[in-house]
Order: sequence, then structure tokens, then C-alpha cells
Amino acid sequence: MSACDDCLRRTALVAALAPHVERARRQHRHLRELLALADEELLAAIGGQRRGELERTHAAFEAPAARRKLERAGLYAVCRHADGYPSRLLHAADAPAVLHVAGDPQRLTALVHAGVAAVAIVGARRAGSEGLEVARGLGRGLAAAGVTVVSGMALGIDSAAHAGALEVGGPTLTVLAGGADVPYPPSKRNLYRSLVRTQAAVSEMPPGMRPWRWAFPARNRTIAGLASLTIVVEAAERSGSLITAELAQQLGRTVGAVPGPVAAPRCAGTNALLRDGALVIRHAQDALDEALGIGVATALAGRRASELESPLRVLLREVENGRDTVAALASTPGEASSALAGLAELELLGFLRRGPGGRYTRLL
Amino acid sequence: MLFGHASAPSVVPVLARVTTFTIDGLTSRRIAVEVDLRRGLPAFTIVGRGDAAVRESRERVHAALLNSGFAFPQRRVTVNLAPAHLRKVGPGFDLATACGVLAASAQLPLEQLERWAVFGELSLSGELRHCRGALAVAEGARRAGLAGLLVPRECAREAALVAGLQIAGAGSLREVASILSGGPLPALPEPPLVAPAGAAAGEDLDLADVRGHPAAIRAVTIAAAGGHNVLLSGPPGIGKTMLARRLPSVLPALSRDEAIEVTRIHSIAGVRAGGGLIERRPLRAPHHTISPPGLVGGGSLPAPGEASLAHRGVLFLDELSEFGRAALEALRQPLEDGHVAIVRGQRRVVFPTVFQLVASTNPCPCGFAGSVRCRCGPSEIARHRRKLSGPLLDRLDLLVDMQRPEAGSLQSSVATSSAEVRAAVREARERQAARLDGSGVLTNARLSSRLLREHVRADAAAHASLRRSYADGTLSARGHDRILRVARTIADLAGSRRVGVEHVREALGLRQDDAVLGAERAA
Repeated sequence: MSACDDCLRRTALVAALAPHVERARRQHRHLRELLALADEELLAAIGGQRRGELERTHAAFEAPAARRKLERAGLYAVCRHADGYPSRLLHAADAPAVLHVAGDPQRLTALVHAGVAAVAIVGARRAGSEGLEVARGLGRGLAAAGVTVVSGMALGIDSAAHAGALEVGGPTLTVLAGGADVPYPPSKRNLYRSLVRTQAAVSEMPPGMRPWRWAFPARNRTIAGLASLTIVVEAAERSGSLITAELAQQLGRTVGAVPGPVAAPRCAGTNALLRDGALVIRHAQDALDEALGIGVATALAGRRASELESPLRVLLREVENGRDTVAALASTPGEASSALAGLAELELLGFLRRGPGGRYTRLL
Repeated sequence: MLFGHASAPSVVPVLARVTTFTIDGLTSRRIAVEVDLRRGLPAFTIVGRGDAAVRESRERVHAALLNSGFAFPQRRVTVNLAPAHLRKVGPGFDLATACGVLAASAQLPLEQLERWAVFGELSLSGELRHCRGALAVAEGARRAGLAGLLVPRECAREAALVAGLQIAGAGSLREVASILSGGPLPALPEPPLVAPAGAAAGEDLDLADVRGHPAAIRAVTIAAAGGHNVLLSGPPGIGKTMLARRLPSVLPALSRDEAIEVTRIHSIAGVRAGGGLIERRPLRAPHHTISPPGLVGGGSLPAPGEASLAHRGVLFLDELSEFGRAALEALRQPLEDGHVAIVRGQRRVVFPTVFQLVASTNPCPCGFAGSVRCRCGPSEIARHRRKLSGPLLDRLDLLVDMQRPEAGSLQSSVATSSAEVRAAVREARERQAARLDGSGVLTNARLSSRLLREHVRADAAAHASLRRSYADGTLSARGHDRILRVARTIADLAGSRRVGVEHVREALGLRQDDAVLGAERAA
């Protein structure tokens, strides 16, 4: 597992051109077309006034210095000419030249080699508590069946999917928009730490690089490319997650979406995907059937409601049927008292969680 | 004639001394108003650290005397307010000054003024006007061992709450002069009565008006029973304010001592209407733009703030997250200690602040968290929660999430009347008082960790239930204590000596913190 000089030089060039890419994007240049250009063509296309200077730097690139920098950052690099580079990415002309890995480099191979199924779970940063619960449940169910959960560690759905996979100690890979040694967003530092410790984080950007705006759609193409199925959990119209879905489609991968209430704006994007023919994903089993083949793996059964004593079982069914607040479950203060106690017990047993606004969500 | 020098036989220089009181914090201090008349160019001066109202007093006294048919002495009139080191504020010295001038100019006998204190503001026509703090003044007069107190008629009922002191309410300076000349005492306007038990709190605001919120009513019952501070959370217009305003109606009636305490504070702050005893537990709902001194008291001459006006009652902070950080920070000491100390220069004034706190908030910036209408992301909700956090959130024992009731439930729901809840609350409070007898604490809400361990016995299953959420780090130590306190109150409401597992579970269902029960935590 290593990276050749050419690929490292390419990485340095893309990093040096980052502001130029940003500007070109604003002039409606197609990102994937730009990233597919060879070094000289890329310089010619967007180098602008600094082209000469950049060309000189490019020619003077020293691979050993770049390798030392990698070592100092504690990262490993694997380029597309090396073994261990995810074969699923190789088809695309714009695939990253180098993947930088934080964590054990062998683990990347284990997470995304050709024989391992990988599913991407993406969605809104501003997600509702139900969407978060679904993403977490999908992460848990897929990872428990040995399917790698690929996502981007963003706030909301992405992090929930990673967290679900981590809960069952299953495989999950995060693809970052900045350097692989830069936890982004910073508030997910702890998640990043446990991902790097037990799983892996990758990025095509050199170490220490801050995430540019264009790096997020670029990162999304890697996420979509690594997975055979991309599931969008919650997305409003014009959401970044829809870009990932589009990229997955361009790469010929399956796109799935979790249906949401038709009146909810934050589910408008996913519902539109479903209308356009995306696969309906209701729970981990749906995703497993698609990723591994129908009936190959059975999702971990959730907690069995049938084991509960009768009043709690009835209460749980009421919540599942949409009476998810104390006010909806009780009409007198006395009933409210026992409903509160019952809901707390169901929470303790792991069937429910109290979300914002006092609404209870069924854990999957 | 008290003393003087008979230099001019035609005019006898006379010094008259009248007793009155000034308000200092929540008590009154005795002030001697000395009036000295001597020959010279006619002049009228007041000395003795008075404020603007005291200086302007000259004009009022002058006009009131003439308009009441008395003569204003054509002499050098010097008025001294003693002791000189105290700052004197307000128009309450008018009557004392006028009486002093009348006595010094022999228009009023001196003898009665040794037995009576006088207190009141004069209008130019010689009528007596209502003054703040009559109750505190009457208490001062009794402490000073005076026989009687003469106050404006509107204040008489309030002053008469003090036993062992003769109170006369007068309407004008003429009436005052007749009383002090040995005339008949006017009857008190109405006998001040203690309210009959039961009719104590908010007759017009009843819990029965709140429909479709059974969980919220249950939580308010628990809060009232244990004296717990509550956080009401829900979308705008859901009825949070309506519910908060009805909390006093389910609290036990004020005892007579408490009522006098409350009356004194409100009288000094000048926020009360009508005379007599305040029988209802007060509810104060300051606007969120309030300053720290406005909330806890302050000013160069310390005046009680909203926290003290809510003493023995309810302080309602609507839209808690909108309040200034400094104002909320200032509430910490009053909440913790039950009083606030304000130090100005060498003086320290203590105002009592034993109140029950009710705060309301939207669950998220848009207010519709949990429903499909909500457009807030988890980070925005987290930020909103963080705005609430800090010293105050720790003091809120209960969280009530209110949701819009379904149309059908409004008609079908059974109304719960305040009287019904009040009876249950009273019983629960009696049980607490019996158990906590001698500990210096009256309600479960004020149980310290030590008292909690001493007085709260939970059965094994209840302990196990709590331990489960405590052990995996989802419940903090403070959160753990809060749950136990609330569970103790729930058990008291149920008439149970032991705290059972169902009580702990209900308390967990009303927990205020973000703690997630069970094995998992949010990413």
C-alpha cells in the first residue's frame, strides 16, 4: 500500500488549485469534468494568471517531502496505481488520485475491497428526530450484517448512520472533504476519534487541508463511488444529499430513499427521488436485500415488543400508531401520570426515545 | 414651651417635635421632625438629607396650611429631619412637617404629638394622599412604643393590620388637627380580615379553564405539591402562560404571617391596589427585557425587585431564553438562598425571595419541534437548549412538554378544578411537613442531597430503575437528585410512605435534562 510520485504530485496540484476550482465552479464549470482533466490541461483550464508560477511549483514537486508530511500527520496514502486502492473507484475518470487514510491502512482494504458490500447513507444536516433514528437504525442493521456503512460525518443523518454502525461495532468508513487528519465539522471530534480508532477516515485532500466548498460535492462523488447502494434518509429540495444521489446514478449505482411525510418540507427531496423511481428503503432489511441479494442476510431483529407485559405493549403500540405524546395518550391527569411512567419504562428498556417537543420515537 | 430664650417678648421662639417614619429596605426607621420658629425675615427651610420630594415638601405644606384655613407663621421656619445621617426619601414627611409648623405656631397642642406618629403626603388643598409602606410604618410605630399612628384614610386598613397600635385614618389636614386636639377618632373604613380559608387564591383564574393538557395539569399538581420549579415547553399560543397564571390558584393559602410579609413588600414597592391584607399568592411575570436590578432588587436606595414581589408566590419567566444572561445569573442567589442581599455603601438590605419559579420556552427556535412543521435542525435545537442552560436550568425540576391538543379532545376532556388540585396539594404538603419536621425545610424541592438520603426511602426496584439510567452516564448526579425529589413528591401525592418504582418512572418521564434513558446516546 503506497502512493506513486505522480499521484502525490497530482494531489498537491489539486490542493494548490483549490481556490481556482472554487472560482471555476462559480463560473458554472462542471466539477467532475474539471477533476477528470490531466495535470497540464487542468492548469491550462483554470490556472489563470498564476499559471506560470503554479507550473513551476508543479515541476519542482518533491515526493519525499510530501511523504514526510504525511508521516508527520500520521496518515497513510494509497494511489490508484497501488494495491489496496478501492477497485470500485477505478472506473471513473475523475476518481481521486490518492486516498489519504487516518487509522490502520489495512482496515481500508477490509472496509471497501471488491468482495465487501458497502452502502452509503447520506441526508440532511438539519434532520428531524425520526430521520436521525432511521439513519441510526440503518447504520446499525447494515453494519451488524457486515455491510460497510459509508458516509461523510456531517451533522445530522451522516453522523447518526456512523454512530449506528459504531454501536454494533460494525464496519463504517467516513469520507472527509478536508484533510483526513482534520475532523470536520469540529463538533463531531469525538465521533471522528472513535471512527479513526476502530474504523477509518479517508480523504483525497493532502493532510491539514481545510475543506473548500467544492470539496463537499467532490467528496460526495467518492462516497457514491465506494458504495453499491446510496440511501438518502432525509433531504429537502435542492439539498446536497441529492447531489450524492445524482452522482450515484451517473456512476450506475442504485439510489434508495426513505419515504417521509408528504407535508414535511425536509422530506420533499427524498419523496421526489422515490417518485422518480428510487428504491424504497423502510428499514435495514430493505437495504440488505438490495446490497446482498434478497434473503441473504436478515437484519438484527429490533427489541421484541411481544416480550413486554400487556399494559406496556399496548402503550408501545399506541405510540407506533402515531399517538406519540403524553397529551395524545391521556385525557385525565391520572392517565397522564401512568402514561408518563409507562413511557419512561419503555425508554429505559430501549424501545422509545423522548425527542424534542416531548414526542416519543420508536427505536428501530 | 420646650426651651428657648425669651429675647423678644412679643414672639416666643418654640421648638416642636413630631415623630414620623421613613422606609429603609423593608423596615421603617423613626425620624424626628423638629420645627423651629424664630424672628427674622420669613423663610422656610428643610434640612437633614432629604431628596427632591422632601425639598418640594415646603411648597405643599405651605399651600396645604393656608388652604386648610390655618395661618403660616411669618417667621424664620427651620425644619430638621433627624437623625441627619439617614437619607430621607419620598413625600411622607409632608404631614409631619405641617403638624410641626402648626404646633410650633401654637395652632395645635403639643401634648398629643408626643403620643402619636404621623405619616402621609399632603395635596395643595390640604387633603391627605396615599403613601407607600404604611404597614412597615405601623410596625415601626409599635416598635417605638407609640400609642397611635395617624395615616391617610386609604392606608388605614393596611396600617391596622398591626395589633396593639391605635390607628386613625384622616382625609385632610383639618381632620388631623381635630384628632390631635383631642377630637373623636374616625372609624376605620372596614375591619381588616384574614381571608376565610379556601377562598384564598385566584377565584377568577381556575385550572378548569385549561383543557386538553392533562399531562401539564398533572405536572403542575406535582410542582405545586413539592414546591418544584417548572419549565413549560411548547409552541407559541399553546397555553403555557394560561397554565402558569393558574399555579397560584392550586397553592395552599397564605398563612397570616406570610400574608403580612407579602403585604409589606408590595406596599413598600407601591405595586398594590386597595388597602388591607394581600390574601392571594402573588404572581409576577416580568418582561424579558428586565434588568438584573429590576429582577432581584437594587437602586441607590435599594428597592425590592420582581423576585421579592413574587415572595411566597410564583415568578413566571415567559420565553426564558430571551432573558438577559446577567438577569438570569442574578436570580441564582435568590433561588438558592431564598433571599437577596443588596449592599450600597455601608448599608446592607436583605429582601426575601422565596418563590416558585415557572419558566416557559419554545422547544426550538421555530417552536414546532417534533412536528412536521418544524424546520429546525438538531444543531439549532441544541443551540436553543444551550441558551437555556446555565445556573437556572439546574434549578428547574420538571419539564412539561405541551403539544397542541387534538380538536376532539378539547370537548371530551374532563376539566380539573383548582379546588380539587388544591386539596390534593394541601394533603401532600402536610405529609412533607410532618416528615421534614425540624429539618428547617418545608417542601421536597428544597431537600439537599443529605436530607434526600435521610428522608427519601425508595424501594429496591425503584433504586434499580434509577441506577440503570445513572450507571451508563445518561443521568448526572444532580439529575439523579432531581428525579428523587420529584419522585418523593409524587409518592406524597399518592399518600405513599415509600418511593416506589412507579413514582420514580413518572419522575423520569418529567425529567428536565436532555439525558437519554436506556443504553444509547445521540451522536
